[in-house]
Amino acid sequence: MIFFLTSFFVSVMASSTPLLLAATGELVTERAGVLNLGVEGMMLVGAVTGFVVGHLTGSTTLGLVAAIAGGAALSAIFAFLTLTLLSNQTAAGLALTIFGRGFSSLLGAGYVGIKGPEPLKLAAPGLSKIPFFGPVLFGQDALVYASFLILAAVAWFLYRTHAGLALRAVGDSHDAAHAIGYPVNAIRFSATMFGGAMAGLAGGYMSLVYSPMWAENMTAGRGWIALALVVFATWRPAWLLGGAYLFGAIMYLSLYVQGVGVPIPSPFISALPYLVTVVVLAVISRDRRRIRLNQPACLGRPFYAGA
Amino acid sequence: MLDETAVDDGPYLLLRGITKQFPGCLANDRVDLTVARNEIHALLGENGAGKSTLVKIIYGVMQPDAGEIVWRGEGVTMQSPAHARRLGIGMVFQHFSLFESLTVAENVALGMNDAKDRANLRERIVEISQKYGLPLSPDQTVHDLSVGERQRIEIVRCLLQNPRLLIMDEPTSVLTPQEVEKLFETLRRLASEGCSILYISHKLEEIRALCDTATIMRLGRVVAHCVPSERSAKELAELMIAAQLDPPSRSRRILAQGARPRLAVENLSQKSPHPFGTDLREVGFAVSPGEILGVAGIAGNGQTELMDALSGEVLADAPETITLDGVAVGRMGPQERRNLGGCFVPEERNGHGAVGAMTLSENAFLTGGARRSLTRFGFINHARTIDFAREIIHRFDVRTTGPKAQARALSGGNLQKFLVGREVMQSRAALVVNQPTWGVDAGAAAAIYRALADLAEKGAAIVIISQDLDEIFLVCDRVAVIAGGRLSRPIPVKEATIEQIGLVMGGAAAKDLGGATAREHA
Amino acid sequence: MRFEPRGKVSILWTYASPVLAIALTILGTGVVFWALGQAPGPAVYTFLVAPLVQAGGLSALAVKAAPLIMMGAGLALCYRASVWNIGAEGQFTVGAIFAGGFALAFPDLPGALLYPGTIAAGVIGGAAMAAIVAFLRTELNVNEILSSLMLTYVAQYVLIYLVTGPWKDPKGFGFPQTAMFSDGATTPIVIEGTGVHLGCVVAPLAAIAIWALMSKSVLGFQLRVVGQAPRAARFAGFSERRLIWVALLASGGLAGLAGMFEVTGPIGQLTTDLSPGYGFTAVIVAFLGRLHPIGAIFAGLLLALSYLGGDAAQIDLGLPNAVTGIFQGILLFFLLACDILILFRIRLARPRAKAIGAAE
Repeated sequence: MIFFLTSFFVSVMASSTPLLLAATGELVTERAGVLNLGVEGMMLVGAVTGFVVGHLTGSTTLGLVAAIAGGAALSAIFAFLTLTLLSNQTAAGLALTIFGRGFSSLLGAGYVGIKGPEPLKLAAPGLSKIPFFGPVLFGQDALVYASFLILAAVAWFLYRTHAGLALRAVGDSHDAAHAIGYPVNAIRFSATMFGGAMAGLAGGYMSLVYSPMWAENMTAGRGWIALALVVFATWRPAWLLGGAYLFGAIMYLSLYVQGVGVPIPSPFISALPYLVTVVVLAVISRDRRRIRLNQPACLGRPFYAGA
Repeated sequence: MLDETAVDDGPYLLLRGITKQFPGCLANDRVDLTVARNEIHALLGENGAGKSTLVKIIYGVMQPDAGEIVWRGEGVTMQSPAHARRLGIGMVFQHFSLFESLTVAENVALGMNDAKDRANLRERIVEISQKYGLPLSPDQTVHDLSVGERQRIEIVRCLLQNPRLLIMDEPTSVLTPQEVEKLFETLRRLASEGCSILYISHKLEEIRALCDTATIMRLGRVVAHCVPSERSAKELAELMIAAQLDPPSRSRRILAQGARPRLAVENLSQKSPHPFGTDLREVGFAVSPGEILGVAGIAGNGQTELMDALSGEVLADAPETITLDGVAVGRMGPQERRNLGGCFVPEERNGHGAVGAMTLSENAFLTGGARRSLTRFGFINHARTIDFAREIIHRFDVRTTGPKAQARALSGGNLQKFLVGREVMQSRAALVVNQPTWGVDAGAAAAIYRALADLAEKGAAIVIISQDLDEIFLVCDRVAVIAGGRLSRPIPVKEATIEQIGLVMGGAAAKDLGGATAREHA
Repeated sequence: MRFEPRGKVSILWTYASPVLAIALTILGTGVVFWALGQAPGPAVYTFLVAPLVQAGGLSALAVKAAPLIMMGAGLALCYRASVWNIGAEGQFTVGAIFAGGFALAFPDLPGALLYPGTIAAGVIGGAAMAAIVAFLRTELNVNEILSSLMLTYVAQYVLIYLVTGPWKDPKGFGFPQTAMFSDGATTPIVIEGTGVHLGCVVAPLAAIAIWALMSKSVLGFQLRVVGQAPRAARFAGFSERRLIWVALLASGGLAGLAGMFEVTGPIGQLTTDLSPGYGFTAVIVAFLGRLHPIGAIFAGLLLALSYLGGDAAQIDLGLPNAVTGIFQGILLFFLLACDILILFRIRLARPRAKAIGAAE
């Protein structure tokens, strides 16, 4: 029983990490007022560049760095389109996803089914042997711990630093922030690229550590789920953790249950995470007042300085 | 508080030849301006005169195309608002730069770029705000504050940085008369302590009461300098518009005694659909044929909610709450109320009363589709729609290229004339208009008042919701005050005084507020 | 470099922007081919021109374009109302499922009942899928982008379940597919000897009908107002909720219809692989066509060409047909980028303000 629980928890944490990473990045982007729908595309690009670089260099770490760069680069295109060229953010985000899928398929075409480099484990010797708590707390991949640290750092940044306050202000009212003299576009650009870097990292985690391999469209909608997570968390970091783990658990369960052989047809179980996302969105969104109070007031609205 | 070691004894601010061009508009044309020390200097002009552009240049928000700025004896280029603040210039904008979801302290902190300035911020906010009669509590969230309280944040934010010049852009349009007096005290004190004030307004009586000198602008140029207290309001207005003003005549309308009210509201209570809105509470009034009722109040006291309830955008709980010509319309939507003769002009032109990107003819169809028979079997009759739009343009002197012009290409005054005209031409029973002349030049405003007066002559009931007390006293027969979602009993304008109204606006005379029913004012 | 507002919409650039975007995309695609080790010129020719000039090229184009035009026109209507239906792919799938299900259930119905019934089933399927999105949006305030996307994944799994389970063809050697549909439920070919079927005719007709609706009818006016100024729509008394339903049901129904034609025409049965992403490409078709139903016809043809080109690149050049996705993504990027020229003009940096000084 202990063994089952241990391996269950360990696996759920691993499964939730890409969701948490991507959602944390998107949360920062959205708090600055930018709605980047291209998370799925950025994750895929991160996954493929991470895997390719990791495979070519034999180093997971370098692969993860490449993944971060790939996601950030794609988000820079999005930021340029929407912030400098004032494009419709919905269309640009979709363009990012479509391009990301195509690009990652193309780049990864020769790497399907190939084994990646050694994954990174941060096992503290001795401590990780304690039953249950050992593996859960100390036997995880470095990125699992990193995801907690990053979330905590983001929360501290948003609520305890002047720069974070400025970012929240830009998301609340970009006209007021501009009138006071804050560089709205620079702040939004940075926030967007942070989101891209995190999405790339999440993708890299999946292809280098979690699976670890490359397959076309391997993120299977996790990017969209991360977007839903930000809404579910009503744009607050603390809630993001709970949401990511809830979904991570469901996604892991759907894989686990299929492996075990339960008399429910496999497609239904595979569809479960997406259905649950819809249900969760419905539950959170129906309180319109709450959404309006917490949603950054300028989310998705283009900003033109001369207006 | 302010150190007196001046660079020289000359004026604080000197502008020479400031010029700024926008596409299609020369906003500032070789403007000269001088603000001396310890002076309250008025910058006077109509909407569109170039005042806002000029002060944005002074504050570093934009760069002039030509001209120079001399600050305390030295020529400077204002690179940014942060730079202006460092030099000692503070600005309180007409539209506040506040963040609704953040606290007072956070809002103030955002206005201060230097980390040193942010030390002990909360204590300093309390200290300064109390010292100058503008009390504030640092941890309140802005969306809970009234408009007057929000303005205090703006002012305190400036004062914390020890300015030598404080620019105030139309500060009193959102204040009760009592709050205006308190503000004036604060400003006089600041000026005497060495912080000059550049006071932008088009409110002539206030300028005459407060300001030492005035620079008057029109269409981007400086047209006059004067000492306001030495001129009458009429003279100042004529300098602003460069025309002789005929006060619009209020013709005596014989209001039929005992006639059934055309528009009546009884016990209207409604929760506001907006997150930071004001709930309506037991609002009641009745408007007789030919009568113009004014609803006075400062923005944010339920006017939007009242307009939504009257127009049918938000339905009342019971049908009898609102009646048009005796018909209970409370549960009817806007189209049905229009069919019964109701017409409405909301506060926001672009995006609410009209669709900016659509043509005038399409906007004419927006509310006139049914009543003017502009459809056939579900399809739009384009020819008739264009004719309707053309008629409005002609009758109400709308300056535009024609019915195919985009609504957002029109100036504020012209679009407002079009929208008022569109409704007036369809109105049979009642017309409700929210802020009829906001952002509208004097000529267009006069045309709008004439149109409303003509409509009243024909026996319609008119309700004007306005923040502008002068307007209400000019045009209306009776006036009621909306404050905190409650409506006071309407009283004839002849019997009302500005102080009385101001007190009720500020919520002081509570016994005058409270549920008034239609029956009480036939 | 700065952007200066023109103060009005430039009609010239409204039409020139897509053209410029296409030109830039062709250049960009050439670069991609070069990066893949191909000579750019011949590769682009293989991708964009050869599919048209070879035998049967135009009819293949028409067949590929039919679902894109049909869905693109529907999405144009939907996006004009500012309802961001991204789930056309899922609505296509469910339309195909309903149509296929009807055809499999009643293979021997007389033709006059079977075929129209199949059409109706397809439309109802797509519309029902969109109805879920509409309900979630109007009653529960759920963002339609996320809900329509999630449901697309669900729809795909439902298809997989049906085609590998209860509807699997017992004579199909275990492949995940249903039996072929009977003749009465097959979409007729309209040009002898080609694959050009009825759907290829219906698609542009549907686009024209949508255009008439949007520009001339009261309903179309209401949809446009709700998309541009929701408060004005409420002020005018238009029911925003009703219009959201109309937009979604229309675009969903059209997507379902496209699925029906695809599955009773070129494919002839239900399989797990009904669409190479038509529903997502249709989003690009809508934008490229300036959200104008007639524009969707031209945009649909171009994007159909990109599918043919991808296949050609795979066969003739040995490249993965993911180049189609790259082309489409780059096209949308450039289109969005060029659109700024509609409202702004490019200006190089301004000289700083001059001081007048001594001249006075």
